[in-house]
Amino acid sequence: MSLQLDRLTVTRPNGEAMFAPLTLTVETGCIASVMGPSGMGKSTLLAAIGGHLAPGFRTQGHVLLTGRDVTHLPAEKRGVGIMFQEAVLFPHLSVADNLAFGLSARVRGRAARRAAVEAALGQAGLDGMGQRDPATLSGGQRARAALMRTLLSQPCAILLDEPFSSLDPELRQDIRAFVFDSIRRAQIPALLVTHDVKDAEASGGGLIGLAPAAATSAGRA
Amino acid sequence: MSGQGAIFIRGAAGALIVAGLAVPVAFGMWHSLGASFGYFPAIGATRLSFEAWQGLVALPGLWRAAATGLFAGLLSTAISVMLAFAVLAVFHGRLRHGTFSRILTPLLAAPHAAIAIGMVFVIAPSGWIARMLAPLVGWAYPPDIPTVGDPWALALVLALVVKELPFVVLILLGSMTQIPVRQHMATGRSLGYGRAACWLWLVFPQLWPLIRLPVLVVLAFAISVVDMAMIIGPSNPPTLAVMVARLFADPNVDAILPASAGGVLQLVLVGVGFAALLGAQILVRQLGRLVLRCGLRLRWLDKVLSLPAALAVGVVLLAGLGLMSLLIWSVSFVWRWPDLWPASLSMRAWRGAAESWQGAAGTSLLVAVCSTAIALLVAIVWLESGDRTGRGGTSIWLQFAIYLPLLMPQISFLIGLGGMTLQSGLFSPLALVVWGHWLFVFPYVMIALADPWGALDPRLERTAAALGAGPWRRFVRVKLPALLTPICTAAAVGFSVSIAQYLPTLFLGGGRIVTLTTEAVALSSGSDRRVAAVHATLQAVLPLLVFVLMFAIPATLHRNRRALRGGFSK
Repeated sequence: MSLQLDRLTVTRPNGEAMFAPLTLTVETGCIASVMGPSGMGKSTLLAAIGGHLAPGFRTQGHVLLTGRDVTHLPAEKRGVGIMFQEAVLFPHLSVADNLAFGLSARVRGRAARRAAVEAALGQAGLDGMGQRDPATLSGGQRARAALMRTLLSQPCAILLDEPFSSLDPELRQDIRAFVFDSIRRAQIPALLVTHDVKDAEASGGGLIGLAPAAATSAGRA
Repeated sequence: MSGQGAIFIRGAAGALIVAGLAVPVAFGMWHSLGASFGYFPAIGATRLSFEAWQGLVALPGLWRAAATGLFAGLLSTAISVMLAFAVLAVFHGRLRHGTFSRILTPLLAAPHAAIAIGMVFVIAPSGWIARMLAPLVGWAYPPDIPTVGDPWALALVLALVVKELPFVVLILLGSMTQIPVRQHMATGRSLGYGRAACWLWLVFPQLWPLIRLPVLVVLAFAISVVDMAMIIGPSNPPTLAVMVARLFADPNVDAILPASAGGVLQLVLVGVGFAALLGAQILVRQLGRLVLRCGLRLRWLDKVLSLPAALAVGVVLLAGLGLMSLLIWSVSFVWRWPDLWPASLSMRAWRGAAESWQGAAGTSLLVAVCSTAIALLVAIVWLESGDRTGRGGTSIWLQFAIYLPLLMPQISFLIGLGGMTLQSGLFSPLALVVWGHWLFVFPYVMIALADPWGALDPRLERTAAALGAGPWRRFVRVKLPALLTPICTAAAVGFSVSIAQYLPTLFLGGGRIVTLTTEAVALSSGSDRRVAAVHATLQAVLPLLVFVLMFAIPATLHRNRRALRGGFSK
């Protein structure tokens, strides 16, 4: 599996480009980082890759997943998982149901599905917490649960939108290690946007600076 | 004003709300209950018995009437909620902000009776739709199909949906601001679920608890509606609410006893409706969880959901057509079957019925302006005194008090209230009608005003205080101008609620107060469509004019103040 961006940029409703065209390749199990000051359009870049652009914004260039051009597919057909800054757990579902919601429909049968969810909870260190209200989890637990939900959907790539920035400093390292290890083990290409250089260093992948629209930025991870 | 003074004023406002609203509603209900068991001293009935109930049960078609009312209420509410849900799932994020309220406000402002009469003009065998079909199907005469007043009350269901759908859409839209819809949609879609599936699994379950209470209000209203059911509902037997209203109007004084029993039965019916809705909610939630755990991505739902969304657009178009037909019928002179347009226009109906509509319009205006002004005043006094005593927001008991008249069937407690006040003769019918309208205007004004009032940035007032402005100056110079837009919106909502009232006018006015609504309902069964159309047109136009006016006032005064203009409703 791989994630390729080919001269990708996003134009605002008024037609102007938000950042310089970006070309990069992330191989399977690698985690590339995109850095840049806030307001540069880092989150917009991820929205373009995942298919979540707000109305009026347009993608130029191409997004390829293992060679398949997904640039114009709706979000739900891309198979691109996303993790936000605040771990988005659905508040009306139990922790286990959050994971079951993510679990790919290819896993069939009630027993098999329940086992898959239990196994994922175990991996995330959330044994026995399946029936809990997500609001009662700690920040770290929420982040781990959200990652597990994404991995259970068997995505072709994962986007990480500053997922560690809302965590306490001491927790941050643990969660970071957990997220990166899990992604490597699952052999999925991942793209991380961050403004913390330590996140980028820990990812062990390439580091790309997002350039203003006038310049060009390119990299290989 | 000192802290003591503020506490006193708050106490007075609270006492007024309890004594003027909650107590009479509860007392009216209690009186209906007593009368249903034969206790009504004013007409000399003091012996407890089951005769009233026996009289009620002996009425031909009673059970069918009860079942029809319940069925029409449940079906129309279910359809309204589902269509509103589909509309938002399909159009949210694709339409510009404010488009919904601009399209839906005229429908929201139009009274039920006007909508029902308009629907009759459109869907009746001699209505617009049949006229459009006539050349295609070859109908030489209006077809003999019961498209209005059908025994299943399907025409009534349609009219109710037309009226309630815009309300439910706006309620859903308002509650969506409390949920991070975009983020949850993005997360759901990144997991492979389509838009419709994300709405079904993620957005709607979170919105439902927020809209449940307003939906119960819609349901209670739909089960107990009288004016719409008289105009477009079944006739033999009618729905229970209509049956009870006719009993109340019976010249035989003793008929009020079985009528009261009917009012109690109506309350039971609404209770059954609530139980059915809440039961369905539990069932749907359990079933939903089972399906959700299978992880099916249901992307095909996106295409399926565009069907109800298209239906909802159709309903809105139908409503527009209905309102237009009111105006056209009122100025038509010769309009033969199957012409789509009258052969000649004339103001004859307007001139001929001038005395009738001028009087009715004057009374309607007077009652609406008085009840809305009192409601606004009480609401503002309550909210402002809350701010000054540091007890902002709405308390539980106030919530209870303002939802009480909305959740109880009007007819159930108005029978008791009407019976009591008619016999006492202490108040003038006009004053009683103003008060009766206020019972329903005040809750809506309060609901429209409480949220924006609470959302006002408290730093504005603190800044003014720091500059040396006293409480009154702060209130008049800072808060009222800053809250002008929501106050105007609340006024428009209150006005349209008052114009639409039918039962309070009828039951508390003792038949002596004639408004556009009572006239329109009375004329709708008459022979001359044109005169009914004149009254219904006025009835629909007045609230709309007030909405436009209440939109124009802040828009003009605040034309150079972008931060204060806000949206129309929120």
